[in-house]
Amino acid sequence: MAQDSGTRTLISHSQLSRGRGKVIYWTLLVVVVAGFTLVFLGPLYWMVTGALKSGQEIAQTPPSLFPKDPQPQNYIDAWNNLALAKLLFNTFYYAIGAVLFQLVFDSAAAYSLSKLRPMFGNAILGLMLATLMIPAMVLIVPQYVTVLDLPILHINLLDSPFAIWLPMVANAFNIFLLKRFFDSIPEELMAAALMDGASSLRTLWSIILPLSRPILGVVSIFAVTAVWKDFLWPKLVMPSPETRTVSVGIYTFAGGTPMNVVIAASVIAAIPTVIIFLIFQRNIMSGLTTGSIKG
Amino acid sequence: MAITTVPETPRKPGRPPSPYSARPQRTSLGRKVRDNLTGHAFLIGAVLCFVVFSWYPMIRGIVMSFQRTRRGETTWVGWDNYSRIIADPSFWTAWQNTFYFTVLALALGYVVPFFVAILLNEFRHAKGYLRILVYLPVMLPPASALFLFKFYAYDPSEAGLFNAILKALHLPTSQWMQSPEMTMPAMVVASTWMNMGGAVLIYLASLQNIPGELYEAAELDGAGIWRRIVHVTIPQTRLILALLAMLQIVATMQLFIEPLILANGAGAEDSATSVAYLIYQHGFFQNDLNGAAALGVIMLVVLAGFSAVYVRLTAKQD
Repeated sequence: MAQDSGTRTLISHSQLSRGRGKVIYWTLLVVVVAGFTLVFLGPLYWMVTGALKSGQEIAQTPPSLFPKDPQPQNYIDAWNNLALAKLLFNTFYYAIGAVLFQLVFDSAAAYSLSKLRPMFGNAILGLMLATLMIPAMVLIVPQYVTVLDLPILHINLLDSPFAIWLPMVANAFNIFLLKRFFDSIPEELMAAALMDGASSLRTLWSIILPLSRPILGVVSIFAVTAVWKDFLWPKLVMPSPETRTVSVGIYTFAGGTPMNVVIAASVIAAIPTVIIFLIFQRNIMSGLTTGSIKG
Repeated sequence: MAITTVPETPRKPGRPPSPYSARPQRTSLGRKVRDNLTGHAFLIGAVLCFVVFSWYPMIRGIVMSFQRTRRGETTWVGWDNYSRIIADPSFWTAWQNTFYFTVLALALGYVVPFFVAILLNEFRHAKGYLRILVYLPVMLPPASALFLFKFYAYDPSEAGLFNAILKALHLPTSQWMQSPEMTMPAMVVASTWMNMGGAVLIYLASLQNIPGELYEAAELDGAGIWRRIVHVTIPQTRLILALLAMLQIVATMQLFIEPLILANGAGAEDSATSVAYLIYQHGFFQNDLNGAAALGVIMLVVLAGFSAVYVRLTAKQD
């Protein structure tokens, strides 16, 4: 993405850097920057400041741009009344577990499919990729029934974090991302490790994984955001108040809570993912595009 | 970061043999079996999760749709679940709403990101900032974003953000989610705002792969900006355009959290009921898991139909 300043795009560089082109370019740039800020940051501003307004100020016409009498109390109420600390902790716990389970099982699987290539490996990969075509809503009922009573083991996973962690492992997109990255690691390295008598596990641990840090980072970030954003699945499999995730918790309380408190809670719930995004935006964006473009 | 810089190894043809599978000469049977076992040992964790949470539920969903469980007793009931689901008056409304949403979402959520990407690709300044802005809503938990829309933007009084803007522009205000006509467009706007960032970034990446000479040649031939878009940009990004169209149809067919939060489920005069919401409703409120499974199978069949048309159309072009 760094080389794009040099390549020719729709409109030539020279046309944009002189005369009328230059004027149009700069006006358009200013308009777009202002417009995008308004459209994409505006609502967030509205959300953060709206949650600071009092009940009367919210209902006032026309709405005020700045809260006249800021009420940080709304945020404190949200934190206390909705037990946000507990909800955030739960979500965080599920997210970390999901990252660990995905990293361990998905990178092992991708390693096997990429480098060890056992019999039926391609068929298994095909079956995994086929699940990408099946919308989640189609599977929600049978998946839920399965979680209530796991086949053979007859364990009920309701309210157990495994009900979130294990289904997250069945993520064909991540296995595909990891496999493609492992595919790009030269076979010579593998052969050299083999010569030195390293076992497969050892090769994975000391050669493949250290080289794959960027993609492991991407997969981890995707896992965290997936857990953080998910709604229906945690709502179904984590029904008790003690195990709820933050989105589900806010939704459950939304009915009987003043709306600025609900919004304050929504702001707090959004902070972790926004921070993750601001820190890791480069990784997220490159992971997103490498995963989809050349696939 | 470093991800994009790792060179691509060519796909199947010409790929060097694995040091394991092509181990020299003395590949005894025992060795082969052992290598295979090692390979499968690494696979087993993920495969088990796929079996339990993906492949088996797929089959089980189909089986369940032909059964009925009452008081712990499961019997085969043939097509009963299907006829019951189809006889539900909400069934057709839900499909109508879902298709309407899909079409609106394609018109807005599919076309807009493409042109936004084309625009961003021309800029030589503020690119990183604009990219971050577009993608920021994607990172918000959907529930958070939708409460924002529900309480602040789509407030039907004049205290709502959208109504305040409309009023300032001397345009008629709207009841938003309380008006059956506005429900779907309002949900599409919220959904596009939340989700378009991903599509924009994917388009941007594919626009950057278009060789500059093509634009140069087109310009020499006297093609204006619009004709360059039609004759260079679109054909060059055809594959990704087609792929995202399919992905978006699959995604929009699953419309669920928008009606649940914005419209409290069904919405004014059932204007928000979606097929996915109906699955949820049957399965988890009316205690009719079998009916919900049948509806899931119907959804799968409809999507398979779309995919078949899609494969046909894309195959013809090549």
